[in-house]
Amino acid sequence: MDLEFGPEYDDFKKEVQEFCKEYSNAIITSGGDKKFEMHDALSGNSNAKKGKIVNRSDWQRLLIEKGYFARSIPKEYGGFGGEPDIIKSRIIANEFSKYKVPSGMGGQGIDMLVPTLLEWGTEEQKQKYIKSTLHGETIWCQGYSEPNAGSDLANLQTKGELVNGNWVINGQKIWTSTAQFSQMMFCLIRTEPNASKHAGISFILIPMDTPGIEIRPLVDMTLKAGFNEVFFDNVTVPEENLVAKRGEGWSVANSVLGHERGSLANPNATMNRLNSLINLMKEETIDGRRLIDVPSYRDRLLQIQGKVMAVQAHSLRLLSSKINPNQNVKLGGMIQKLVGTELRHELEGLAIDVMGELGTLYEDDPNVRDGGSWQFTYMYFLGLIIGGGTNQIQKNIISERGLGMPREPKVTVEV
Amino acid sequence: MYFGLSEEQEFFHDNVKKFLLDNASIDEIRKIANGDDNSIQKDILQGIVNLGVNSLLVPEEYGGLGTELLHAVSISQALGGGVGPVPFLGSYVMAPLALSLGGNENQKKVYLPKIVSNEIRFGVGLSEFIGAREDAGLEINKNKVSGRALFVIDAENADKIILSTKAGVLFLVDASDKNLKINKLITVDKTRTFHELVLKNVDCEILEQSIENIEIVKKVVDAGRIILAADTLGASESMIEKAVAYSKERKQFNRTIGSFQAVKHMCAEMAADLEPCYSLVWQAAHSFDKDSSEESRLLACQVKSHLSEIGKSISKKATEVHGGMGFTDLLGLHYWFKRIGLNRQILGAPEIVREEAAEIQGFNQ
Repeated sequence: MDLEFGPEYDDFKKEVQEFCKEYSNAIITSGGDKKFEMHDALSGNSNAKKGKIVNRSDWQRLLIEKGYFARSIPKEYGGFGGEPDIIKSRIIANEFSKYKVPSGMGGQGIDMLVPTLLEWGTEEQKQKYIKSTLHGETIWCQGYSEPNAGSDLANLQTKGELVNGNWVINGQKIWTSTAQFSQMMFCLIRTEPNASKHAGISFILIPMDTPGIEIRPLVDMTLKAGFNEVFFDNVTVPEENLVAKRGEGWSVANSVLGHERGSLANPNATMNRLNSLINLMKEETIDGRRLIDVPSYRDRLLQIQGKVMAVQAHSLRLLSSKINPNQNVKLGGMIQKLVGTELRHELEGLAIDVMGELGTLYEDDPNVRDGGSWQFTYMYFLGLIIGGGTNQIQKNIISERGLGMPREPKVTVEV
Repeated sequence: MYFGLSEEQEFFHDNVKKFLLDNASIDEIRKIANGDDNSIQKDILQGIVNLGVNSLLVPEEYGGLGTELLHAVSISQALGGGVGPVPFLGSYVMAPLALSLGGNENQKKVYLPKIVSNEIRFGVGLSEFIGAREDAGLEINKNKVSGRALFVIDAENADKIILSTKAGVLFLVDASDKNLKINKLITVDKTRTFHELVLKNVDCEILEQSIENIEIVKKVVDAGRIILAADTLGASESMIEKAVAYSKERKQFNRTIGSFQAVKHMCAEMAADLEPCYSLVWQAAHSFDKDSSEESRLLACQVKSHLSEIGKSISKKATEVHGGMGFTDLLGLHYWFKRIGLNRQILGAPEIVREEAAEIQGFNQ
């Protein structure tokens, strides 16, 4: 066991810390852009102290310039162009979290499309899309799920036909977050109707201002997570918007799905949220007594702290396995989405319970605590328990691929 | 940076695991549990000692291996995994730590080498320090101790026993003292022994450094809690392995029961619950050696309570996966269930240690 990163990282850590001190508790303004409202609660930032105020696009540029964002993405595509170094990435994440420095932009373009294009895209596609995505100029939405293709995603039916060098697309997508703000969608489309279920899917990029696209908001229980339904009526995009080959869409999508699952429950954000909960329980009172002094509340807090400490230690073990390739943590990686999302939901729920009636306040109520972030995140994480591969699907994956248990026999009788 | 057991620690773990597989089958465990054959237990203990587990935590200057606590954790995982019917926690973890932290130079010179040479084996009882039940409690008066101690660990056939006052003063008594009565407690867990001691003016030898320094007994308790968590970790791992293996064999409705989602999901939940526990247990052991007492004590408390909760849930679910067979004595799954159940209560049950964790962080003023 050796938890030191080694003296060769001391200078780097110092450099990151200097930056973090300067921008501790910084406020990133988004110019009224609603999609960033939830950013703080989800990343675990609920800053009482206010630091520097920075415009979001300037912030993004600064982070890339320093190498604290898009670190290992080549310069020619708008990244920092550094060598991939897991330890440096971890140092950045740790120090940003410790000093409460806002992270760079997330979202499906940056988290999913950029790695996809780096792996599968043509040179032209990389040039065209990666830089503007990293700098927040092109926002992407993901067109995967359909009304009849949820857990059984490969059952998707949105059709694409190649007509005179253009893809003509018809069908419907659902659960499309940020569709209303996006310039582009990356989409799974059935282009090979005669091929088998998984081999008939292609990965296609669609500009959202193409005629024939209709976006209808799908209001979720938080009232503000911003999902949509997207309808395609003879939507026509150029042939070169295909990524990889025809029929390879399933492989393309799967190559980055694992990345999404891991990122759904970042342990640093969970730890920050636990600290906010501890502060809440020290500040709020019932009958003049601090909430943390109520033994039953305190015991529940301590139980959750034990779980948070376990996933934090676990993230160190996963990091170690990336640095030391001989270390086998196969099962350890598979459980992250299941464990992380359930834990966050439980943590946010405890905050509501200890506040009692006050915990039900929401939106702009003058008495609402922390901007309603506890209720919002409590509900949002229920969404994450369901989304990104439901936690029941995660359990299938863990038991089948992790524990080697047999698959459910296929139902052969039509019902 | 490397987070995990070292090669040497894995080696220790695998050796103990293999030894138990070869020498402590369920039939042998059952004989020991029923008190049918005492020689088996002796042989198993001798075998474990031959692997060097008694010397681990004795400092090198006294002839031991002077390893980190993580070594002992790797052994404890293996012992829990095989419900090892041998003394370990008291005799080879808490005793050498109590002596090396609390003893004066002379006491260390006298006792520590004898743990290594296996001439003396210690039992340890600290329940009265953590929280005295009933009328238990010990008073020292002019080097004579009187009172009652419950749940003394590894006292069976021990030569000396280390106890503590409520104030955290550690002392030794001779197990053969005529004023000392040692009564075996009948617990659910028959793989290890726990005793009641009744003392009337028993001669005692105080571990000098512990008189003024309550941190010493606390550090010994921290180690004990981490080792118990590791034992539960290993036992839980075994229960999951057994449940998964059984689910792949047992057929109902013309299918292996492991192909039913109801069963698969129970197994996945167990695995998902346990996986982060390895990390927490190893980090707690590492912290015990490296970090400030505050940081490491918080981890020791949290690892004890968290593994108690996870172990409880896994021991229930794994038994359920086995259906009716899980409830029988035939399979012997209950030895793991009961061992996990006992680990949960000893050296502080979950609520007790969580309250300590709250105090460490200054939550309750």
